[in-house]
Amino acid sequence: MKRLTKILPWKGRGTARSAVEGCQRQRIAPNYDTPPSALRAATSPLGGGLLGIALALALSAAPAAAQTVAITAGTVALGDGSEPIPGGTVVIRDGRIVAAGRGVAVPAGAQVVDATGKWVTPGIVAGFSRIGLVEVDAVDATNDVEAGNSPFSAAIDVAPAVNPRASAIAINRAGGVTRAIVAPATARSIFAGQGAVIDLGADMNAVMRARAFQFVEFGEQGTREAGGSRAAMHVLFRNALREARDLSRYSGIPSGGGGARQARANDQRDLPLEEVPGANSLLGPNVNRPDDVLLTRFDAAALVPVLQGRQLLLVHVERAADILQALSLKKEFPALRLVLVGVAEGWTVAKEIAASGVPVIASALTDLPNTFEQLASTQSNIGRMRAAGVKVAIGMIDDEEARQVRLSRQYAGNLVAVARLPGATGLTWGQALEAITSAPAEAIGMGEQFGSLKPGRRADVVVWDGDPLENATAAEIVLIDGVQQPLSNRQTKLRDRYRTPGEGQLPKAYQR
Amino acid sequence: MASNSRKSLAALALAALAIAGCTRDKPQTASAEAPPRTPPKTYSHDPYPSTYRAYPGVLTAITGGTVYDGEGGRIERGTVILADGKVQAVGGPDTPIPDGATRIDASGKWVTPGVIDIHSHLGDYPSPGVEAHSDGNEATGPVHPDVWAEHSVWPQDPGFTRALANGGVTTLEILPGSANLFGGRSVVLKNVPARTVQQMKFPGAPYGLKMACGENPKRVYGSRNQSPATRMGNIAVDRATWARAAEYKRRWDKYERDGGDMPSRDIGLDTLRGVLAGEILVQNHCYRADEMAIVMDMAKEFGYHVAAFHHAVEAYKIADLLKANGVCAAMWADWWGFKMEAYDGVTENIPLVHNAGACAIVHSDDPNGIQRLYQEAAKALAAGRRIGINIPDEVAWEWLSYNPAKALGIAERTGSLKPGKMADVVMWNGNPFSVYTRPERVWIDGALLYDSNDPSRRPVTDFELGQPGEGDVK
Repeated sequence: MKRLTKILPWKGRGTARSAVEGCQRQRIAPNYDTPPSALRAATSPLGGGLLGIALALALSAAPAAAQTVAITAGTVALGDGSEPIPGGTVVIRDGRIVAAGRGVAVPAGAQVVDATGKWVTPGIVAGFSRIGLVEVDAVDATNDVEAGNSPFSAAIDVAPAVNPRASAIAINRAGGVTRAIVAPATARSIFAGQGAVIDLGADMNAVMRARAFQFVEFGEQGTREAGGSRAAMHVLFRNALREARDLSRYSGIPSGGGGARQARANDQRDLPLEEVPGANSLLGPNVNRPDDVLLTRFDAAALVPVLQGRQLLLVHVERAADILQALSLKKEFPALRLVLVGVAEGWTVAKEIAASGVPVIASALTDLPNTFEQLASTQSNIGRMRAAGVKVAIGMIDDEEARQVRLSRQYAGNLVAVARLPGATGLTWGQALEAITSAPAEAIGMGEQFGSLKPGRRADVVVWDGDPLENATAAEIVLIDGVQQPLSNRQTKLRDRYRTPGEGQLPKAYQR
Repeated sequence: MASNSRKSLAALALAALAIAGCTRDKPQTASAEAPPRTPPKTYSHDPYPSTYRAYPGVLTAITGGTVYDGEGGRIERGTVILADGKVQAVGGPDTPIPDGATRIDASGKWVTPGVIDIHSHLGDYPSPGVEAHSDGNEATGPVHPDVWAEHSVWPQDPGFTRALANGGVTTLEILPGSANLFGGRSVVLKNVPARTVQQMKFPGAPYGLKMACGENPKRVYGSRNQSPATRMGNIAVDRATWARAAEYKRRWDKYERDGGDMPSRDIGLDTLRGVLAGEILVQNHCYRADEMAIVMDMAKEFGYHVAAFHHAVEAYKIADLLKANGVCAAMWADWWGFKMEAYDGVTENIPLVHNAGACAIVHSDDPNGIQRLYQEAAKALAAGRRIGINIPDEVAWEWLSYNPAKALGIAERTGSLKPGKMADVVMWNGNPFSVYTRPERVWIDGALLYDSNDPSRRPVTDFELGQPGEGDVK
């Protein structure tokens, strides 16, 4: 997977070494009772005020809580797989979508934004990323993706490492990305730790849901981490879940029932572990464990919600045989709630994936046998899986995912291009947008919260100067939770400074 | 043999001198001057000669499409005639079509010169990217002008075929990696599937010398407590090496002029002598603006010329200097931040360089990126327009074919659709700056080597035979 060091530009994930304190947990999860826009407006550096940028569409005032905004006359795409709607309207109130589509009435008193000639979509959702964990990949001190010298694995929680002021957040926000699924990377175990769902707002409240999932490497990378063979990786995986089961037996935590369906019905399934009644006892002094354990107590405890189906398990697999092995884990551990990531050879076993109901977050444009687990790679992979009934989103794994999730749009657009090629299978335009908006939100179990312009969703809305999947298009207005976001960043400032070459009356350093 | 290599050397020197905008006056090479009184034995400058032969093509008339000629020209409902492997005619709808020509209707489609990637490691870092295939960096010492990228190229790299079918790439330069200050010779290839690298070598193309500044050499060797460990160490080792090369060149020039005892042979210094003689072109990996300025002075100090800075992430900061020195900048559209020297990347880099009058090139350095160079150009072009740099599409195509051809010393042969040049042509199924567009047909020297409508015109490498997905659309 990871190319050998070419000593070319330093691509992909870096070699992070910063240790994450496995036992220090911050309570970052938002309070869902507070309207998100109110929460955001209170902490936004913009103070909810007018942005001083000369946009043709600039809102006359940034929407504050309780304010109603109607974006009218644009080409509206809902992000649910449907095709774009010319002359549509999007109505936002209290940081949530009220209505979107054709024939939507503009409420009395609403602030109207005329989007004639523009496109309006949900914000882009980075389906698999490491954004917020890295400033410069090759600068270890700024790279919190993986922790090669940490004693912990599954217990690692990226939430406290997410830096809302990472340059990549501002730069990708300017590219219309509003939410991201953020995963750690493995270093010394097949378990990377727990990932988060974040927003890319210009404030300090990036983490929307901490510990949203556990991430496990289950192919070539996992094989390396497990000591050198897939067989060893499987033993390691099963042993880890056994240790989690043993630990939970001592704790008195409800098991979550005997199946995925029951687990889903459990209203505690989305709670962080320490808020589940009794869960803290896992970490208490009186918990006895057998002597023959491999995991630290913290790591074993972190896998309890995975085992019980209260936390998603994102599994990175590429090879067809590994995909089937991953799916078969549900026979042995019925409560597991799986999401497959990568899945280059998914099209060759698409029926089996579809039958399992397991969602997929796939790389869009992988078409080379870069590894022996990706021999059947083709850009038709996502189209073929979708045609077979797989729920599939686009994600970026080991592909500039810490800094360049803004490329998701280009990747999606390419799948529309693929649809025009004889013998290939791509996506319709609506499906392609869905793959980078609601599909990743659905895959992570948060489709009710964000990712589309359906009523009640968080008002993450982008107004584009054209077709958002096109190379030439840029975001003009970005709203997150209904709050207008700044689009300037280091890159726009560098660009402006060097718009004219040569020095002026003073050195460039005085120009900003 | 000697006279053959001498002839091809003269061709190389001529090609090198033809790089308009990316060259400057050079002393003629000793070998290109009048024959010596007593011809001494010398060494071959082309010991692994190209055996490339154009594959058969048919007389072809591509009509009705939007034609970008690659040098800024645009013709609506244009006609492009390909004959005997060459572009025979390019014109409007009234262009006469020769009898017997196979007509291809390009209505609603675009016709351009083939894409040229000046920075690729295909074959040297092929797929699958396993350790056994890691053949791009002789990272055993910082000065390795003795290694030649072509000696690592694995022609069965599936990446070549993806670059052809998805990227419309017809010519590409394969470079050694950037672990070393002097990485070795690069080679220019026609993007044709072949059994040997010689069968891919662009006939008569000058060699390149890969050099690198910045983080990579100092990291690789500094981490071994070896020089260079700093940027100043980089330049110190560079200068010491160029001084040796100048001495080597003096000795060999004298011998080839006056005869006498043959000087001792150094394979690496052969390459540097070729650079100092203007017959080998320097392709210099360099990100930071200040370092590019240092390197341009170093080139003047030792009497060579940098053809292009590659990965020139900060070219926009010194676009005026690049113009003044006649050095091209080969750039990504929007890569940034993977290392410190890439921290200041901006998407407007390419149009800012172009707008300053310097030579701008879009490059890939990547087996995936090479499939979408036309899209990368489109992103940069649009970013430029948003800040008021209005470059027409047909002019921006220079970034993809003519400018890289200039920096490779092959612009007289390919890179634009002009009568007599190689028929390296892509017909796109739409506007090639749209994300929705792909190559429909690709010709190399007039031979149709990819046709999206014809699975039999879809190359499958040896590696992929018998594997899952063999012969699939990719």
